[in-house]
Amino acid sequence: MSNNPPYLEVRGLVKRFGGLVAVNDVGFDIRPGEILGLIGPNGSGKSTVMKLIMGIERPNAGSVKVKGVEMVGWPSHRIARAGVGLVFQHSRPLHRQTVLENIKLALLPDSLLRLAAESHVDGRAREIARSVGLGDVMQRHPSTLPFADLRRMEMAKAIARDPAVVLIDEPFAGLTAAEVGVFSELIRGFRAAGHAVLLVDHNVKSVAALVDRVFAMYLGQRVAEGTADEVMRNETVRRVYLGGSLTAVERRASAAKAKPPLLRVGDLSVLYGKAQALEKVSLEVREGEFVSVVGLNGAGKTTLFNAISGLVPYSGSIRFGEHDLRGMTAGAIARGGIAQCPETRELFGDMSVRENLDLGGQHLSAASRAKQLAWLFELFPILQSRQAQTARTLSGGEQQMLAIGRALMMQPKLLILDEPTLGLAPVILEQLSKALERLRQTTPITVLLGEQNVIFALPHADRVYLLEHARIVWEGDPPSFAAQMGEGYL
Amino acid sequence: MARLLRSRLLWAAVILVALAALMPLWLSAYMLAILTGAYYFGVFAMSWDLLFGFAGEVNFGPTFLIGLGAYTAAMVDNAWGPPIPVCVAAGAVVAVVGGLLLAVPALKLRGPYFGLVTLVAVLLLQNAIVIFAGVTGGEIGMTVTDVLSIDADVNYWYALAFLVASAIILYGLSRSAIGLILQASGQDAVEAQALGFNVTKHKLAAFSISALFSGVAGAMLIFYMGTASVDTVIDISIGVQVIIAAVLGGRRTILGAALGAVLLIVATEFLRPLGQLNTFVVAAVALAVILFFPDGLLGHVLRAGERE
Repeated sequence: MSNNPPYLEVRGLVKRFGGLVAVNDVGFDIRPGEILGLIGPNGSGKSTVMKLIMGIERPNAGSVKVKGVEMVGWPSHRIARAGVGLVFQHSRPLHRQTVLENIKLALLPDSLLRLAAESHVDGRAREIARSVGLGDVMQRHPSTLPFADLRRMEMAKAIARDPAVVLIDEPFAGLTAAEVGVFSELIRGFRAAGHAVLLVDHNVKSVAALVDRVFAMYLGQRVAEGTADEVMRNETVRRVYLGGSLTAVERRASAAKAKPPLLRVGDLSVLYGKAQALEKVSLEVREGEFVSVVGLNGAGKTTLFNAISGLVPYSGSIRFGEHDLRGMTAGAIARGGIAQCPETRELFGDMSVRENLDLGGQHLSAASRAKQLAWLFELFPILQSRQAQTARTLSGGEQQMLAIGRALMMQPKLLILDEPTLGLAPVILEQLSKALERLRQTTPITVLLGEQNVIFALPHADRVYLLEHARIVWEGDPPSFAAQMGEGYL
Repeated sequence: MARLLRSRLLWAAVILVALAALMPLWLSAYMLAILTGAYYFGVFAMSWDLLFGFAGEVNFGPTFLIGLGAYTAAMVDNAWGPPIPVCVAAGAVVAVVGGLLLAVPALKLRGPYFGLVTLVAVLLLQNAIVIFAGVTGGEIGMTVTDVLSIDADVNYWYALAFLVASAIILYGLSRSAIGLILQASGQDAVEAQALGFNVTKHKLAAFSISALFSGVAGAMLIFYMGTASVDTVIDISIGVQVIIAAVLGGRRTILGAALGAVLLIVATEFLRPLGQLNTFVVAAVALAVILFFPDGLLGHVLRAGERE
């Protein structure tokens, strides 16, 4: 296996989006019959690497060779014809067509003159459908299929294209344990057939059993490379995911225990199409309390927060103070005192820092807005000096502070922070951590924090919930989390 | 299931066409004239659906293509007076070339900008015709010396035959391998490219085919009516009617667009006694259909079949 020349050679790949360096000098090889896991938390640049290989984005520098042929700068469809296939995580299948016709699509030539498919196409499509376990549903329409079957159909399309290099985006997202087994077999089938396979995923754990090697990324750069075990033991990787060792948890005296609950979530379930994003989640946040929900990417944290903010339909109940939030619009919920600071930050990129903040404080009177702004600048001094700057041009850390600042301008009763550490360098995390500490000391605000980075999440927290695969699997205080869960988390 | 539906659709279409062909036996010359116009309109709507329903591009200026075909044919006829088929062919060529000149740069734009470019193109064409009134007849319009036929029945059959031929070609195309690639390009261009399809090439081809049928239909309409004018083939409101007809009949169905066009025009005619109110009522009904049956009339029927 290791003697064959590599099918895919990536060298010195660089991609910049404005001032942000999304991918910085990334390079690796994949040989035929080899599976490489490309691992990194959200915002690490791994998906960008995949898009650069497929030609969906163009790199600023670097080289991508497939079977020795340089393909950087080629349009996507040419790269695909030259032997690269991508299994999308979310796809929009052709809904008017049957499963079989969807697979046939992948077998068609890129021609304007070939009106009818060649005769072997039908037989080949049926063969592929059977091989991925879609044999019984070939004539059905995609909208009637369960989620796992839709993923199978995406795999079938990749198999039909028979690419030398197969890129698979989050192969197991949204699948049950049994389905993960089936998909692992399909992916091993690619390896057995001599394809070069790249699996892109959030964490090592989910692909460890499958990959030959792992390439771990953080902030656009390589942080570790080796076998799954080596990478999991790697200090840098542990720091990236956990934020460092789990010992430095300080205990705070909590006076909040006696306070009435401000937010009560009961038996909350959310379905995305056919994928179960949350399953019977219950939690409680008391007035003045700081509660952390920790969990790896994809566990369901963002979905939980979006349900609370009224952005996704759900079953179960969400109560905020005296109000039942069901049926309230997202706008009404926000005015009612819940401000969410989303993972994606959602800043108004073309507006200045000051304009973003003023928009957050739109409903305040001029006097109280000025007061709130002064308080905010004390909390985040950097924002004061950047007032006139366009939000888009801020660094990642400054953007995060602005996003939090804008949420605070709404004077919320409950502040929801969704993964504020996303894609931030350690030194910025410290600043952010200090700001949160000051926030807690100077205001009676209630905070619900969602984090993958446990070390960032624990010091501030009164209580911790652990979310795993759409369910709350653990609940307790930070010291017992460190004691009980520290090792098994990754 | 799909095959059964298709054949059911086929038989329905055959019966419908046979009935339509016999209409001159029952209908007055006046009603025949309404239907004749409606059939050309049906081709406009089908061409538009190929672009919107399949390639996923909203062309707000179908009348740019129609107008190019119509005015070119009229001008060629007035200048040199060749046989009508030559004039129509000239109209078709100019519509395709003009359409490509517009689409090549416009398809590079993302989001709503393609639609905006097509909209502006209509205004440009309209202004050009007014400015060059010497050769185009300007706001008054221009009369052509030749007509397809002076017999209302023959004119009706020409229009019907043209509609049926266009429907067979466009519908066949939509169900072919190319139609499949086009739909994939329209729904998820990134994925279609990752499957190895040159999305721009396929969309340009769709635009050319749409331009070809729009241009030919526009040119034939001129030789049926005997005049070309901005109000009948270029005005934005005509384009809006084409779009409403296609959406009313059903996006991504091709045949639905033709049905929608005939329904729309016949309905407008029957409601004429309402005076000013008639266009209002038709527009309100169209709005209701778009809001409550966004798949359109035929699309709604097909979707019900899909769920089985």
